[in-house]
Amino acid sequence: MSKLRTPVTDKDDQTGNLKGKAVLVEYGDYQCPHCGHAFPLVKKLLQEMGEDLHFVFRNFPLSEVHPLAYDAALVAEAAGRQGKFWEMHDMIFKRQITMTEDSFAQYVSTLKLDPKRMQADIADQAIIAKVEDDFESGVKSGVNGTPTFFLNGERLNSYDGSYESLKEAVEAAIT
Amino acid sequence: MENTLLQKGTTAPDFELHATPDQKLKLSDLRGKNVILAFYPADWSPVCGDQMALYNEMLKIFKKQNAEMIGISVDSKWCHMAFSQDRKMHFPLLADFEPKGAVSRAYGAYNEKEGQCKRALFVIDENGIIQWSYLSPDSINPGADGILDALEEISNAKK
Repeated sequence: MSKLRTPVTDKDDQTGNLKGKAVLVEYGDYQCPHCGHAFPLVKKLLQEMGEDLHFVFRNFPLSEVHPLAYDAALVAEAAGRQGKFWEMHDMIFKRQITMTEDSFAQYVSTLKLDPKRMQADIADQAIIAKVEDDFESGVKSGVNGTPTFFLNGERLNSYDGSYESLKEAVEAAIT
Repeated sequence: MENTLLQKGTTAPDFELHATPDQKLKLSDLRGKNVILAFYPADWSPVCGDQMALYNEMLKIFKKQNAEMIGISVDSKWCHMAFSQDRKMHFPLLADFEPKGAVSRAYGAYNEKEGQCKRALFVIDENGIIQWSYLSPDSINPGADGILDALEEISNAKK
């Protein structure tokens, strides 16, 4: 029940050291406050342990509860087509509290993305499928809320919202 | 009556319960479809809210498996209506309200002490036979991986 059933592939959004010993997968929702809380923790972890850490983000938008989450996921994926997935990912989480449906156009312009291409990509079937496949892979792996982390294929149950709990788990995985 | 969860291979006891103040839903009317029954302790409680919100996002995935999701608790039809509207639910929540908990009892999913449903899941096949059941601790959201595995097994068995 607690294993990551869909292995990480090159289709995933990933950062850090792709050959790192610790592979941390997060299922997240851009409008979920707990994911907003986890965001700077993961950032810090990447700064401190980036040599050993391979981080993957998969979309798990609960769109009835968080009406902007699904669109935000599409926007981040579409930004990825212009090489700026992580820039968009960071921007959305940093501005999560003030995000409205009008925010995305601002983010696109702040990140100097081609707005026409963004618009086309957001409606692109492959981008939509990426978000939906992420979600489905999550539920199959037992994700029941966000954020849910998997470390080297095992569900990380020890994350308690603190930086230390993430760090200790990753340290244990690399030693 | 021993209050243990009905197991695989058992015919799912039929029932008819209010889905909305003026509509009732009968299990046997869903023959020909797989049915997921999710018994849960209470509307508005945090874990249930998350569990039902998750299923609410998964209806498309369930549909692909010819499956209907149904939630059941002892809350009244009016309470369900308010909860459902508040959370934008797109699947029925049934009121096991009068006689209180009768359906939950028939499935072995009633918590006598608390007077509410246990957190229990059933996957019922197109012929009304239980193919999978699972009892989760009240405080744990069981997610949906078990449901999806059971539905997949049903669809593989038909091939």
